[in-house]
Amino acid sequence: MHAEAAIREPLILGHKTYADITNDIVGPIDNKAPRGWYILISIAALIAAYGTGCILYLISKGIGTWGLNKTVDWAWDITNFVWWVGIGHAGTLISAVLLLFRQKWRMAINRSAEAMTIFAVIMAATFPGIHMGRIWMAYWVFPLPNQFGSLWVNFNSPLLWDVFAISTYFSVSLVFWYIGLIPDFATIRDKVTRPVMKKVYGVLSFGWTGNAKAWTRFEEVSLVLAGIATPLVFSVHSVVSFDFATSVIPGWHTTIFPPYFVSGAVFSGFAMVQTLLLVMRKVMRLEAYITKKHIEYMNIVIIVTGSIVGVAYITELFISWYSGVEYESYAFINRATGPYFWAYWSMMTCNVISPQLFWFKKLRTNLGFTFFMSIVVNIGMWFERFVIIVTSLHRDYLPSSWTMFHPTWVDVGVFLGTIGIFFTLYLLFARFFPVLALNEVKSILKGSGESYKQQAAHHHH
Amino acid sequence: MANKVIYAVYDDPEQLKDGARKLVSAGIRVKDVFSPFPIHGIDPIIGVKRTRLAIASFMFGITGTCLALLGIWYFNIFDWPMNIGGKPSQALYKNLPAFIPVTFEFTVLCAAHGMAITYLIRNKTLPGMPARNPDPRTTDDKFIIEVRTADNHGHEPQGIEGLLQGTGMVEFNERAC
Repeated sequence: MHAEAAIREPLILGHKTYADITNDIVGPIDNKAPRGWYILISIAALIAAYGTGCILYLISKGIGTWGLNKTVDWAWDITNFVWWVGIGHAGTLISAVLLLFRQKWRMAINRSAEAMTIFAVIMAATFPGIHMGRIWMAYWVFPLPNQFGSLWVNFNSPLLWDVFAISTYFSVSLVFWYIGLIPDFATIRDKVTRPVMKKVYGVLSFGWTGNAKAWTRFEEVSLVLAGIATPLVFSVHSVVSFDFATSVIPGWHTTIFPPYFVSGAVFSGFAMVQTLLLVMRKVMRLEAYITKKHIEYMNIVIIVTGSIVGVAYITELFISWYSGVEYESYAFINRATGPYFWAYWSMMTCNVISPQLFWFKKLRTNLGFTFFMSIVVNIGMWFERFVIIVTSLHRDYLPSSWTMFHPTWVDVGVFLGTIGIFFTLYLLFARFFPVLALNEVKSILKGSGESYKQQAAHHHH
Repeated sequence: MANKVIYAVYDDPEQLKDGARKLVSAGIRVKDVFSPFPIHGIDPIIGVKRTRLAIASFMFGITGTCLALLGIWYFNIFDWPMNIGGKPSQALYKNLPAFIPVTFEFTVLCAAHGMAITYLIRNKTLPGMPARNPDPRTTDDKFIIEVRTADNHGHEPQGIEGLLQGTGMVEFNERAC
């Protein structure tokens, strides 16, 4: 067994056995859900239903119901798309990149972070879909033989790269997540007593046996998938940034975009993980597994990526002046001092200044403050996308076409709706799926569990 | 003599490894080991070979790269070259930089899904398959060594039990098979 240094803080608190871990996770699935869950899912489902209504209205009437105009032709739709894709980056980062770096603390959070990723990517994919206007022609984005020639899709276009990036990212994340879930579904299958549940989890577990060869293959698949998901996760937001960077709009046409978008994505993704986990660990009593140390580690990731984002903002500002291009300079001066100054300074405050408070250990280990900050970061990152998209467009080369963007109730309803759908899916996941990677947490119990570490320390003296 | 299958049950993966080592050094073939999580280091003891899934994944990936390049060449260079924004599609090598993102994504798509499907088929884990672990506790907190007398002529269950005494074994079960 891998022995761990005594000075490393334990990742599983108290005295837990393998059976305790099973019971702590399978128990809530087997028992009745607490009342709070019903209240939360009712609220989320109501918002989701309203949002779905707005989406259906939008599809039936057309995107003229949005507040877009001839100058600002991308606004909340693409802002929300980029925001959700960004949030969808933390899951794969945690489960793939931290696996390659052998970070054991990932094991308590990777399952729920990946669930979050998958739901966030579904929400993201909604926006380009409904933005097409004629969603029933969405299959035109794929290179399918057709009766126009055949006239093919343009592989030189970053919008098409996006189609491939998002669909690959979604399906690979889903498979990665499900392969990890199979052994845990088997644990539930073997633990629950009600016949219907046994049957359902039996089907979900694909007849998993857990023999030596199966585990060897499991570990190989996890490692290889992590290896290929790592460049994938970096490619996805790079490709999203190409949608802007390859255009000739001042404020978008910058080579800094790919790394800037990726670090922003990790930043916002970790913030959303914090928002969800801080509630979940409390409601489902997972404090022994998702410890303060886990929260602190994530806050450290937030401060690192937040600082990278800050450097990117300032670099961008400097280069716009240093380039000597009048239009480029104006785009940035307009951001900071024009009619959208409030959006720019909200972004700066939320993303650059406030995360620096996490340098104080007292604050980054404070759960209430962390929760507050996670919301602040999510708001800040939404504003970042809004600032990039709308402020670069609303004052173009001809002052006669300068406008402002005013969202309609459909803009607001669709955005709120995706938040509702996201939380509904997440709550269903928390109720019926194993929220911790049981097999992974068990494998570190005797190396990183508190009571086992204490025993090992006693043996030493 | 009827063939029997023997299950030695453990609470701890390290103790199971000790037990497996003892059996193997006594010349007994261990049929399999069942556990709730991977036991690192068990494979060389019981003679499980390294999986070739990574090689399969590489093959799937390379196939994806070739298919993507072939497809893009056919769609945008050969069949219907377009000139959009003054950027004509002239030759595969000239437009290659613009084709890299899709080629990369498609490579990953094929490598990941090809490997995942191979993994599920090789493990015989597919939707609707029945559970085949010998004891439901192996997905919870028990670790089991399976030995078949059919593989080990000349070894009696009693002898095997005697060998495993003192290795931390918590149960010893025999079943006819």
